[in-house]
Amino acid sequence: MSRPSQTRVVWTAVFALPLLFASVAALQTRIDAQTRKQSQTQEMLLLSSPTVVKKLSLGYDSLLADVYWTRVVQYYGERLVKGGADYDLLWPLLDITTTLDPKLVVAYRFGAIFLSLPHVPPGSNLVGGAGRTDLAVELVKRGIAANPENWVLDSDLGFLYYWQLKDYKNASAAYLDGSTKPKAPQWLKMMAARVAAKGGSFENSSLIWSEVYASTKNPQIQKLAWTMLRALRAQDDEMHLDELATAYRKRIGRYPTSTAELLNAGYLTKIPVDPAGHPYVFGAEGKSRLAPDSPVVIPPK
Amino acid sequence: MSTPAIEIAGLTKDYKIGFWHRRRRRSLDNLTLQVEEGEIFGCLGPNGAGKTTTLKLLMGLIFPTSGTAHIRGRSIDDVEMHREIGYLPEQPYFYDYLTARELLDYYARFSDFSATERRERVEHYLAKVGLTTAGNLQLRKFSKGMLQRVGLAQAILHDPQVIFLDEPMSGLDPIGRREARDIILELKKKGRTVFFSTHILSDAEMLCDRVAVLHQGKLQGVGAPAEIVAIEAHTTEVFFEARNGHALAPCLIERATQTGKRYRIEVPEADLYPLMDQLRDCDARVLSVAPVRPTLEDYFFRLVDKSQAPSHAVEVRTK
Amino acid sequence: MSVPGIVAINTFREAVRDRVLYNLVFFALIMIGAAILVGQISIGIERLVIVNLGLTAISVFGLVMSIFIGVGLVYKEIEKRTLYTLLAKPIRRWQFLVGKYGGLLLTLTVNTFFMALGLAAALFYVGRTFVRSDALILVAIYFILLELALVTAIALFFSCFSTPMLSTLFTLGIYVTGVFATDIRNIAGFTSNGAIVYPTRFLYYVVPNFHNFNAIGLAAHGGQIPFALFWQNTAYAALYVALLLIASAAVFSYRNFK
Repeated sequence: MSRPSQTRVVWTAVFALPLLFASVAALQTRIDAQTRKQSQTQEMLLLSSPTVVKKLSLGYDSLLADVYWTRVVQYYGERLVKGGADYDLLWPLLDITTTLDPKLVVAYRFGAIFLSLPHVPPGSNLVGGAGRTDLAVELVKRGIAANPENWVLDSDLGFLYYWQLKDYKNASAAYLDGSTKPKAPQWLKMMAARVAAKGGSFENSSLIWSEVYASTKNPQIQKLAWTMLRALRAQDDEMHLDELATAYRKRIGRYPTSTAELLNAGYLTKIPVDPAGHPYVFGAEGKSRLAPDSPVVIPPK
Repeated sequence: MSTPAIEIAGLTKDYKIGFWHRRRRRSLDNLTLQVEEGEIFGCLGPNGAGKTTTLKLLMGLIFPTSGTAHIRGRSIDDVEMHREIGYLPEQPYFYDYLTARELLDYYARFSDFSATERRERVEHYLAKVGLTTAGNLQLRKFSKGMLQRVGLAQAILHDPQVIFLDEPMSGLDPIGRREARDIILELKKKGRTVFFSTHILSDAEMLCDRVAVLHQGKLQGVGAPAEIVAIEAHTTEVFFEARNGHALAPCLIERATQTGKRYRIEVPEADLYPLMDQLRDCDARVLSVAPVRPTLEDYFFRLVDKSQAPSHAVEVRTK
Repeated sequence: MSVPGIVAINTFREAVRDRVLYNLVFFALIMIGAAILVGQISIGIERLVIVNLGLTAISVFGLVMSIFIGVGLVYKEIEKRTLYTLLAKPIRRWQFLVGKYGGLLLTLTVNTFFMALGLAAALFYVGRTFVRSDALILVAIYFILLELALVTAIALFFSCFSTPMLSTLFTLGIYVTGVFATDIRNIAGFTSNGAIVYPTRFLYYVVPNFHNFNAIGLAAHGGQIPFALFWQNTAYAALYVALLLIASAAVFSYRNFK
C-alpha cells in the first residue's frame, strides 16, 4: 500500500473509532433500559433447575458454586441497600449454590439467617429477609446431611428453631446434636440445657446472637447480629425500666415521665442509656422506650 | 554380478477413487528396473507420470498394490534399510521454529553418531550447501531455495549409500543449481548411487549415466540420455526482421509467424543454409539463430501421436 | 536416546517455540486478579475460591491445550509433509506416534507444573501458611494430569486419520460423554428395556469415565482421598492410553501418504 492511502485509513480510524465506540455504548444503555423492563428473574438465575446447572457445569461445579455464591451475596446486598425489596430469588440461588457444592457451609449459614428474617416494609431501616423460615430450615437440614461432621450447622438449626419458630424443644435437640460433633465448643451443650430449661429469654437470645456474631466472617451477618444484640439489650433495659415504673407508680401514685424522676426517687443510681448511648425516655402509661433519635432499632415481634 | 543398488520388480500402485472407492486409478503400472551401484540415475517424465509415486513407494510412504523393491538387497519393508538411504522430497517443508542447525542435528540423531561427530557433520554439510551463516535462522524465514538446500543437506548428512532426490533443482537459482549438480557429481565420485526424478531434460542430460522415462504410470524406456533425446531430429529457429527500405520476400512472410515486427521460421537442419541465403537476398536483419531443443513434453506429445511405443526404446542392460 | 524420545524432545521444543507456554501469562493474570479481589468478593472462603479457581483453570487450560494441539500432532506433520523426510529415516511409524504423544505430554506436564507454582503463590498470598491438607491439591493436580494424558491420547488417535476440525469435535464429544459417564450408566438403571440397557452399559464401559479424575471439590474443601483411588486412577489412565496408542499405531500403519 502506498503511503497516502495508508495515512488516509489511519486518520479515518483515529476519528471514526472513538465515535463508533461512543455510539455503541450509547446504544447499549438504550438496550439495557429496554431489557430492564422485562423480567430479570431469568437473567439472574440463567437456569432455574439446580440439577441441570450441575450437569451443565461439566465437572466444574465447585467453581460454579463459588460464582453463584458471589451472586447470592451481591443479590442480597443490592436489595438491602434499596430497602423494602422482596427476596424472591434468594432461595433459588441458594438452592443452586448448595446443589453445586454441598460442602459450601457459608451458603447454608447465610440462608439460615437471611431466608428466615421477616419481610420489612419499605422505608424501614430494619434488616429484612425472605420471610421463609420453612425454606431456611430445609436448607440447613440439607447442609447437616451433607456435612455431618460440622457442628456449626446444627447451631444454625438451633438458632432457627429458637429465634424464628420459638420451638424450644427442637432447638434444644439441635444444640445437643451439634455438641456431639467433632471440635464442638462447650457452649452448645450449655445452650441445649438452658433452652430446654428456660425456653426463650433475653439471656439465651443474647448468647445465641453472640455466638452467631463470633462464628462468622460475613460482614452482613455480623452487622445483623450486632444490631440484634443491641436491640436485645435495649429490650431488656426497657423491661427493667417498665418494672421500676410500675413500682414507682405503686409508691408515688403515678407513672414516671422520665428516667430522671426514677433517679431522684432512688430507683436508679444513674441515668440509663441505650447501647448507642442515648438515654431512655418514658411514653404514656409508664412504658419506656428508646429516644426518638436513637439509632438502635428493635425489630417487631 | 553384484547386487544392484535399487531393484524394482513389477511395482504397481492403484488408487481407489470415486465416492464408493469403486473405480481404480493406476498411478504406477508394473514398473521393473534396476539401478547399479555408483550410478547417477534419472527418472524422467511429465507431471503425473508416476515419478513421485515411485519414490514414495520406495520410501515406504505409500504401499504397493503389487510388486516388490529392494535397496541394496534389503526389502523396502525393512526399517533398517533406511539407515543406508537419504531422501529429499518434492518441495520440502520443515519445522517452522527450528533453526537449520537444529533440524540437521535432529535428523542426525536417528543415525548412530557421537555428539561430537554429529556436531561436526552438521557444520560440514551446512557449509557444503552454503548455509553456514543462515545456520541459526529459523526455518520459517527460509526462502524456497534455502529450504531446498537444507533438504539436500539432511539427505546426505549421514553419508548414505543410496540417495533419492525428488526434483532436487526446483526452487534453486542458477548458482544453486550448479552447486547441487556439483554435490551430486561428488557423491558419484565417492561411489554413492543417486536416484533423482526431474522433468527438466537438460539436468538429466548433464548428470545421468542412465535415465528411465515414465509416462502415465508406465515405463517407456531406459537408457543413456543421449539415446532417448536422439529420437527426435533437431530443428533450428531463426528470428529476423525487415531492414528499413527493404521489403521481405512474400514466400518468407508466408512461412513465418509474426509478432509485431519480428518473424520466426523453424526449419530442419538441412534447410538452414538455404533459408539463410533467402534472408541475405532480402537484406533482412537476422536477430538470432538457435537450435530447438526438444522438451520432454514434445517427445511425449509425439509419442502419443504415434500411438505406439517408440521404436528406439532401449532394453534394460546388464553389466 | 530412544527413537521416540528424540521425536518427543523435538515435539516439545516445537510447542515451546510456538509460544504455547504463553498461556501461562493468562493463567498468572487470572490468579493474580483472583488473589487480590477474592478478599472483597468472598469473605471467609478465600482459600476455597483460590483453590477452586486455580484447579479449574489448570484443568480447562490443559484441556484446551491437549485437544487443540493433540488433534494437530499427526495431521500437521502430514499436511506440512515434514513426516515424509522423517519416515525416510530408520524410524518405525509407531515410534513416531509414541514420540509425538510423549512430546505433548511433556509440554502439558511442564505447563501444569508452572501453573501449580502459580496456584501455590496465590494461596500463600491469601492464606500466609500451608496446611497439610494442601497436599490434596497436589493429588488433584495429578489427577488432572492423568485426565489430560487420556484426552491427548484420544486427540492423537483422531489426528491419525481425521482433519483437525472433525478431530476436535470427536475428542470434545468423547470428553463430554465421559464426564456424563455416570449418568449414562444410571439411565440403564431406570429402565428394563434391553434395547436401552445393553447399549448404554456398553457405552459406559467403552467411553472413559472422566468423573473418576475430578478431585477439585475434594481438594478445595480439604476432604479425604482414599489411597486406593490414587493407583486405580493411574492404572486406568495408563491402560486406556496404551489402548489408544496401539489403536493409533494400527490405523497409522495402513495410511498411504499422498
